[in-house]
Amino acid sequence: MSTGMDDLYREVILDHHRRPRGSSALAHPDTEAAGKNPSCGDELTLQLACDGDVIREAGVVTRGCAIATASGSILAELVVGRTLDEARRLADAFRAVLHDPEGELPDDLAPGDLDALLGVRRFPMRVKCAVLPWITLTEAVAARHEGRVAAETTTEA
Amino acid sequence: MTSRDQALNAPAGVEPCAGQRDGCERCGGLARERFPILRRAVHGLPLVYLDSAATSQKPEQVIAAEARYYREHNANVHRGMHALAAEATDLYEQCRRRVGRFLGVTRPEQVVTLRSATAALNLAAGGLAHRLRPGDEILVTGMEHHANLVPWIALARREGLVLRHLPVTDGGELDLGRLPDLLTDRTRVVALTHVSNVLGTINPVAEIVAAAHRRGALVVVDAAQSVGHLPVNFAALGADLLAFSAHKCYGPMGLGFLVGTPEALAQLEPVEFGGEMIETVTMDAATWAAVPLRFEAGTPHVAATAAFPAALDLVEEYTVERLRTHEISLTGYAWERLSALGGLTLHGPADPAARGGLISFHDPQLHAHDLAQLLDARGVAVRAGHHCAQPLHRRLGVAATARASFGLYNSHDDVDALIEGIRYARSVFGT
Repeated sequence: MSTGMDDLYREVILDHHRRPRGSSALAHPDTEAAGKNPSCGDELTLQLACDGDVIREAGVVTRGCAIATASGSILAELVVGRTLDEARRLADAFRAVLHDPEGELPDDLAPGDLDALLGVRRFPMRVKCAVLPWITLTEAVAARHEGRVAAETTTEA
Repeated sequence: MTSRDQALNAPAGVEPCAGQRDGCERCGGLARERFPILRRAVHGLPLVYLDSAATSQKPEQVIAAEARYYREHNANVHRGMHALAAEATDLYEQCRRRVGRFLGVTRPEQVVTLRSATAALNLAAGGLAHRLRPGDEILVTGMEHHANLVPWIALARREGLVLRHLPVTDGGELDLGRLPDLLTDRTRVVALTHVSNVLGTINPVAEIVAAAHRRGALVVVDAAQSVGHLPVNFAALGADLLAFSAHKCYGPMGLGFLVGTPEALAQLEPVEFGGEMIETVTMDAATWAAVPLRFEAGTPHVAATAAFPAALDLVEEYTVERLRTHEISLTGYAWERLSALGGLTLHGPADPAARGGLISFHDPQLHAHDLAQLLDARGVAVRAGHHCAQPLHRRLGVAATARASFGLYNSHDDVDALIEGIRYARSVFGT
């Protein structure tokens, strides 16, 4: 493959797509948010169960492409055990690096498989797919902090 | 007799794609050499363009005519006494007459020149607002493009109208059995697409028009997917208003038309105001110019009007009947090959003669965006998503479909490339 397909659809990504982690809805979430990508119709719901400020469990149910599904799966894997603020910082760092062709995710954030998603930077049309779970996370965390119901987030906002 | 029976199938006796290898059963595409873009490569591979339902490619003579306009004739229209202004106005008005002739419209004033089919549908909806009262009903269909749905939603919200819709059957056709119930004494407008941009379904417009007219409702047809691809005769369809765009018909972007009966156009209020659409203006009052200029405020896309007749010339050179035969052949072949792949759901009627030149499909194991991305890596351009028809996708139970759509330049080889591309995508995903 010479067209960047191996960069976009890395084996790690395909694996997360085939067997998405944390892809079941939670029975008792402490916060949840819905996200959608209006340009393509992809939708997901993201739920977090917390012990105080620490995320105990994440449920990300994605109805979307492999990139969105894999991104949600990586998110579900990465945020468990982090505080809500740490999760939000990871989301901020990921969103920033997606718009910086040379940027890297700081090691101290322990980005795990998230590095594998940076291949989308060569495909501007797909950045929204990778971002969708993370902007939804940001809204879920904000809603939790502010003690309100999360608004539906969209990639167009 | 339904409109389908009337005019939409390729008439018997139409020549196959003569001059192509092995005739239309296995042809190399028509007029390919006239479309310069088809000579380019994508990712180092020959371009296989299967997205003509989004926009068709443009032949050299259209590109040349648009460039010639700017080189030789550029001026604003309907104003100014100089030679260039007269030439530009002449080109602009020639296009109107040419479009009228192409669609079998008797008077050029029945053709309103606008920027897109969307603009035309917005004029139809907005222009009728003043004739509608709260509680009046608009009937749309479950297979409309957002361009022929959202203007009616907005109008209904603003004017307190009731929006109803004619549902789509599991077979991808309009559920005509529901029509008698849905057409009521309060139905003022019926808005429907001629050819679905997702299902490909060719709707029996004439039949629906007859039923709507019996109720006194006005019929607005979205012909964006049909003009230039299958025979469209405005009078035969019987619609009151018909919208289409040039760019899906081998013409330039930025140009669309609203074609109407003189009676229907006389009912419309302008929705855009400014220069060129007025008759007399004082500091606090204005009167409108005659139809159609009253709907054409502002400087139009004159260059596009200078170019579009060349696209219609191409269609008429081959004849739309022959182009239709060609698209039926390609669609039938693609349907067969896509079905044979297995694991794909193909949407809409299976009979290629009952559908336009496009097929939407989805693979439950492979999201349409991933499929389209991997096809692109093979040089194959298809559309993926909801195709601006979210309610229909909800009805189909899928968020997104992939769509392959054809123009006269497409060949059976292009279909083969699509099939190979799907195999490649599946191999990447290990499905």
